[in-house]
Amino acid sequence: MCLAIPALIVEKDGVRAKANIGGVVREISLEIVDLPAEVGDYVLVHAGFAIHKLEKEYALETLRLMREVLG
Amino acid sequence: MKFASEFRDRELVSGIVEKIGDVCRHDWTLMEFCGTHTVAIFRHGLKTLLPDRLRLVSGPGCPVCVTSRADIDRILSLSDTPGSIVATYGDMMKVPGSTMNLSERRARGADIRMVYSSYDAIALAEKNPEKKVFFIGIGFETTAPSTAAAVLKAAEAGLGNFFVLALHKRTPPVVGALIEHGTSVDGFICPGHVCSIIGAKPLEPVASVWKKPCVVAGFEPSDVLQAIYMLIRQLEEGRSEVEIEYLRAVSYDGNANALAAIDRVFATTSSEWRGIGMVEDTGLMLRDEFSRLDAAPFTDRDITSRPDPAGCKCGDVLRGDLIPTQCPLFGKTCTPQNPVGPCMVSSEGSCAAYYQYAGE
Ligand code: SF4
Repeated sequence: MCLAIPALIVEKDGVRAKANIGGVVREISLEIVDLPAEVGDYVLVHAGFAIHKLEKEYALETLRLMREVLG
Repeated sequence: MKFASEFRDRELVSGIVEKIGDVCRHDWTLMEFCGTHTVAIFRHGLKTLLPDRLRLVSGPGCPVCVTSRADIDRILSLSDTPGSIVATYGDMMKVPGSTMNLSERRARGADIRMVYSSYDAIALAEKNPEKKVFFIGIGFETTAPSTAAAVLKAAEAGLGNFFVLALHKRTPPVVGALIEHGTSVDGFICPGHVCSIIGAKPLEPVASVWKKPCVVAGFEPSDVLQAIYMLIRQLEEGRSEVEIEYLRAVSYDGNANALAAIDRVFATTSSEWRGIGMVEDTGLMLRDEFSRLDAAPFTDRDITSRPDPAGCKCGDVLRGDLIPTQCPLFGKTCTPQNPVGPCMVSSEGSCAAYYQYAGE
């Protein structure tokens, strides 16, 4: 039930937006998202609400740590 | 960067599996708290990739499964109110109450609708001004802010026919309750999306007071494996800290906007967890200021705590004491088509996950 899915914001009007969630465009609310999110940004969406703005550098950092092998 | 496919790369996954094999020297038991993790672990067959000395058990992290039978009965009683619409997330429809579930109640004529979002319930109230719309606010901290947003919206709009049954649960105190109950778990794979909201910080007592390492994990296969790797490293090195694997979704302090919405609308109270009992500070109730929107006065006041169905071991399963296949009813009288307990109902319940993926 705590599933949240990365979605690309494709339209925005104030705190309402449309986002592409795995190929389906749905209306979402930006009222509780942590950081300002704009068209072209990815957010995590849960039950119709963006709950977090996804940022590339954090994803890249995790990928780097995953690949890191300690000697 | 799509924030998903990158984390499913086979080579990446096998690299982490190798790292786990390299660091794991002892027998360890890890609990994935969250039902969404349980499903990810089964769906990607992650258990088959791990060393034999590592045991994974599922925890009480499915909000549907831990909702008490009495609370299901309270939801059912709301649908008895004349001129009412009960609006709920689809996950709740098949959870057995004492006599029937919501789906059966609907078949008998009650107006029960599935909604995707709390705002869909607001729209129902706007469209049906002559009806009372009862929205079932259920879920952990991931979902609570969206209920809070709906309460604020309804209050602001002066919507007189929208009510919320607040059944949300807070997770960090229940981890403490589990440990105090006695558990064989050495470390916790912590719920990524709950922590998107609350941050990693509220887990600190688990690591510092109870000395159980915590790693907040994402939900792609590489995320879960990397979190397991981080936990094993902590355990093998004798550390117990709160670490974040899911950096792209979780910060130490959480989502201030969402936390403010929760705090504005709800006060903390105790709450009953199936299999665990009453746990202080794990419930959220509407603040007095919003009491006009409270659905609780419309529920049947005579409903009290009720025991789980005879023979159902959901309680032991939710605490990680038993695995579902150890329940005598598993796969016999209890199946997803005909669930006896809630752990078999929700697709994220451990019993349902074991049933669906057993033998794969
Ligand atoms: S298999 Fe069914 S009866 Fe047994 S614990 Fe799971 S839900 Fe309860």
